[in-house]
Amino acid sequence: MFYREAGDFKTSYIDDSQTFPIKFDRYRYYVVLAVAFGIIPFLINDYLANALLLPFLIYAIAAIGLNILVGYCGQVSLGTGGFMAVGAYACYKLMTAFPDVSMFIHVLLAGGITAIVGVLFGLPSLRIKGFYLAVATLAAQFFLVWLFNRVPWFYNYSASGQINAPERDVFGIIITGPNAPAWATYLFCLIFLSLCALIARNLTRGTTGRTWMAIRDMDIAAEIIGVNPLKAKLTAFAVSSFFVGIAGALFFAVYLGAVEVGEVFGIQKSFLVLFMIIIGGLGSIFGSFAGAAFLVLLPVVLKVVGADWLGWPTDIVAHLQLVIVGGLIILFLILEPHGLAQLWRVAKEKLRLWPFPH
Amino acid sequence: MKLKLATVALGAAMAAGPVMADLVFPSLSYRTGPYAAGGIPFADGYADYFTLLNERDGGIGGVPIKVIECETGYNTEKGVECYESTKGEGSLVYQPLSTGITYQLIPKTTADGIPMHTMGYGRTSAKNGDVFSHTFNYPANYWDGASGAVNYLLEENGGDLSGKKIALVYHNSAYGKEPIRTLEELSAKHGFELAALPVDHPGQEQKSQWLQIRRDRPDYVLMWGWGVMNQVAVQEAANIRFPMENFIGIWWSGSENDVLPAGEAANGYKALTFHNVGTDFPVFDDLQKHVIDAGKAAGAGDQVGTALYNRGLYAAMLAAEAAKTAQEIHGTAEITPAMMRDGMEALEMTEAKMTELGLPNFGPTFSVSCDNHGGDALVGVTQWDAANKAWTLISEFKPTDGDVIGGLIGEDSAAYASENNIDSRCN
Repeated sequence: MFYREAGDFKTSYIDDSQTFPIKFDRYRYYVVLAVAFGIIPFLINDYLANALLLPFLIYAIAAIGLNILVGYCGQVSLGTGGFMAVGAYACYKLMTAFPDVSMFIHVLLAGGITAIVGVLFGLPSLRIKGFYLAVATLAAQFFLVWLFNRVPWFYNYSASGQINAPERDVFGIIITGPNAPAWATYLFCLIFLSLCALIARNLTRGTTGRTWMAIRDMDIAAEIIGVNPLKAKLTAFAVSSFFVGIAGALFFAVYLGAVEVGEVFGIQKSFLVLFMIIIGGLGSIFGSFAGAAFLVLLPVVLKVVGADWLGWPTDIVAHLQLVIVGGLIILFLILEPHGLAQLWRVAKEKLRLWPFPH
Repeated sequence: MKLKLATVALGAAMAAGPVMADLVFPSLSYRTGPYAAGGIPFADGYADYFTLLNERDGGIGGVPIKVIECETGYNTEKGVECYESTKGEGSLVYQPLSTGITYQLIPKTTADGIPMHTMGYGRTSAKNGDVFSHTFNYPANYWDGASGAVNYLLEENGGDLSGKKIALVYHNSAYGKEPIRTLEELSAKHGFELAALPVDHPGQEQKSQWLQIRRDRPDYVLMWGWGVMNQVAVQEAANIRFPMENFIGIWWSGSENDVLPAGEAANGYKALTFHNVGTDFPVFDDLQKHVIDAGKAAGAGDQVGTALYNRGLYAAMLAAEAAKTAQEIHGTAEITPAMMRDGMEALEMTEAKMTELGLPNFGPTFSVSCDNHGGDALVGVTQWDAANKAWTLISEFKPTDGDVIGGLIGEDSAAYASENNIDSRCN
């Protein structure tokens, strides 16, 4: 009724191939953008920013990055935590070496450095695939964490091996450190997420994305029709690591402020981001958002309901949380293997026909 | 739907309105995850002491105490969430019981004007109150621990450690790396040889480290471990027949959980401490009467008297005493976090005060000042008696090497001050 394409005529190819071809979808997208940029910054407080929004935005960037590699190009990676650590440590070294340069540039450069490291660790993907590649990226995860723990140059020879984000700004507005206002950190991450999502969306529906998907679906067939697997796989690793590196840099500098590599960027982080894209939906930008939102919000909601409202003991709530999240993951995989994104697609199909499904 | 909305609104109102009637002590505990065995007794002790004050004395200075517990699972992200969700409730002092979370909260608490007490953990150079205005780590820190262990060994060896070999088995994290610099300085000063052996989180796999110890035969082994790493280390030491009396753990490696799994073989294992052990203190009678028998004990109530329970109790006692001091200074019973900070900075623990609280000789005597947020750095040693399943204090609280530690603290805190543009505030 409200959501339909009848009467929505396109007169040019550009109109026809836009991201949201249905008018209602397009307006919804503008409303979401307007709320995110225009309303939330005025309502935000420290709790909303640090407990919900920042982790959601940053994990969404990481999930988009991993989705490009796993969902679009079909190269399984367990090295996300390690690549996030590269972004974080690159950002730290840049922040301390060039204090006067804008944070914006530091974060982008950190992403670039991670892209280079990602390509290096992506080289084995030219010879191996599937589980074997997963093991190779697992090696990257452990090697990178070990490296940042082992070589004091990376943490500026501090006694504890921790890295701490000093206060840095963008155009005079403090972005990192304890005095950064919640709205500034939120907007900073939101801008990066919007840019990343736009880039990812446009890459995946163009030539590059098609070569990735061709490699994913059948690499030999893709090679026969003229797709260069070396280029396709390495660009996927580079773009994916670029996004993951940005996420790592923001995670350290804006969100946490102090990081210990083994604890924050361990193997659990790799699995967490992988779960996000599996639950959200492989090969879908919206799925990356949905998966990140699901795994960031669910524990907080369960905690608020269980511990704060119902007054249950905190340990019981924490254990229940593991049970519920685990149960939901299994349930999702059985009922909807294509993730939240597929649920969304089905709901949209239903809505388009409603209220006259026949 | 209306009912739901009303519930939501009520919940929001309750969360938003500052509860000025209570003194709020948040407890960032971890009763789940790989470090729960250490987190549970500490959280229980912390909560039970405040329950005792509420039941017996009606709170502190007549104002009831509210303990808000928030589960961190020893995870920094959850720690941030806990901090943000509790700081609006008038929280007076944070004790995260995790070095990782501490590093994150040092700048945040300073910006928000809430004091933090990291008792025997966290960033050692926070002792320099001139730089770290809102962070306290009295009565002792890691570098005191390192020096206390070396001093104890000096005593054992008639004041001479030259030519001895000491190995450090440490948790490969910010926490475990803390003592290395001090031990390096001390090894240069006293002429012993130091070998550092890292163990990665969570520490279940230590075969290679102990193989190395077996091959190199160090005279003493020091350990900076936490959680499951401790019991594995004690077991491995027993397996290679390393003499237990030459094996000394930091206070976080000195609980019942760490030695009980090794059984008889753990007999003689030593651990540093900055508070007394056992239940032989008058306050435990009150606890039994007002809290445990009344069914108000936190958790399962089975941790009373264990080493970490006593540490939680001690932490709560110091927080309560600081709150009392703050009430005296500012002449009001309903104190704010800023007043609490002043109280902590003026805290003085004397033997008379501890006796009055029913805790005679429970901890070292010390006083806090603007320059010195770390107390007087007195460290004792306890030893495990496997037959009686009890720790005993075998060395009284003794001073540590202030020259070496003072220099290192000055260096590290100056680096922090210049990184963050902090001006001197004490003079």
